[in-house]
Amino acid sequence: MSKPPLTATASQTAGPFFHLGLTGSRSVGRIAAPGIEGERVRLSCRVLDGDGAAVNDALIEIWQADAQGHYHHPDDPHSSSGNPAFLGFGRQETDEDGSCSFETIKPGRVPGAGNHVQAPHLNCTVFARGLLKHLTTRIYFSGDPANAQDPILRLVPQERRDTLMAHEHPAERGAWHINIHLSGERETVFFDV
Amino acid sequence: MTADSRRTSAAQEASLGQTSYRRPEPGSQPNYLHPAYRATVRRAPSKPLILLPHTLSEITGPLFGDSPLAENDNDLTRQHAGEPLGERIIVSGRVREEDGRPVRNTLIEIWHANAAGRYSHQKDDHRAPLDPNFTGSGRALTDSSGRYRFVTIKPGAYPWENHPNAWRPAHIHFSLFGHAFATRLVTQMYFPGDPLFPFDPIFNSIPDERARQRLISHFDLKETKPGWALGYSFDIVLRGREETPFE
Repeated sequence: MSKPPLTATASQTAGPFFHLGLTGSRSVGRIAAPGIEGERVRLSCRVLDGDGAAVNDALIEIWQADAQGHYHHPDDPHSSSGNPAFLGFGRQETDEDGSCSFETIKPGRVPGAGNHVQAPHLNCTVFARGLLKHLTTRIYFSGDPANAQDPILRLVPQERRDTLMAHEHPAERGAWHINIHLSGERETVFFDV
Repeated sequence: MTADSRRTSAAQEASLGQTSYRRPEPGSQPNYLHPAYRATVRRAPSKPLILLPHTLSEITGPLFGDSPLAENDNDLTRQHAGEPLGERIIVSGRVREEDGRPVRNTLIEIWHANAAGRYSHQKDDHRAPLDPNFTGSGRALTDSSGRYRFVTIKPGAYPWENHPNAWRPAHIHFSLFGHAFATRLVTQMYFPGDPLFPFDPIFNSIPDERARQRLISHFDLKETKPGWALGYSFDIVLRGREETPFE
């Protein structure tokens, strides 16, 4: 493999004031408007640091497929069949409690390497003061039978897989929650992408 | 090869799991934990990251090529009734992938402090004046050769509480998406000759000296507009595609 002529630019922290450039009118809390095909999901996320303290200055971005498992992107062979009203992108800042929420639909299953098919998941990035590079994780849906066969979850030690699971509220259908622990005992699994 | 046949072949590669993005050159990216930057200590992951083979989820990503931009989105000096105080500058450059191909029609978002070193942000408590004519927020799309251009004012340095007498070198935050989830980049552009470089743990978190130097813009006489504004050039490189199968 030959070395490319250029080297990718280094990452630097988004800092505490990213709201100026990245949120406000540029926030996207509603990934799927009502009427978009799929099982409705109201997802709340809470970001915590290594001491368990709320991270009130994080930015979360979501990238996801539609209910058919197709991404709105030219490199997805099935992209054209997707709904143009559904981009699959979300972006929210955390509040004083470290929380933010998204309104979306549960994505379908997406092809993995070889003959594998991935379980429904949201691709998630976290930016914050103190993060020199963004963190990448995935959000899966607890209880989905496809999780057992997911090729990426299989790369994760069994005892840490639950950190990637959103859980549905027992009394409120469609309300899902996940905690993202940046560090420490209950640290979320982050991926080297 | 037509654009459509290229598209089809990229799509076929993707479905076979054969397209992926290059892993970073050693030393060219900061580590998460950099204790000199204190906030990393409680926020950096302590467990090893899990290497993620690139799937359709990573080689796709949001494209904002048809974002409706307002006329003054890339001119931060014309977003209010009056002109902001400070040294007017033009920041321009090219966005390319590592193999040199231009990243066309990609969204760039920027934000920065005013000329006095104060952000127009409720959590910035630096005792420096706000400028009613400056918000410090801009957007632009690259053109067909990957070029972008902003007009703004040069931001000031400002103090922060990382260590005694800590000051950030003047910088502009840049955010780019590129073509894929895997090419997402948030970085900072610095200005040449800043005396604060040796003391800044964020700048110095990048191990490779050459990679640090590439975050420093260059004074650009060609882009400097006579009698009006200094030009600085800042080129950005996003991760390139690996042409070999990953498994």
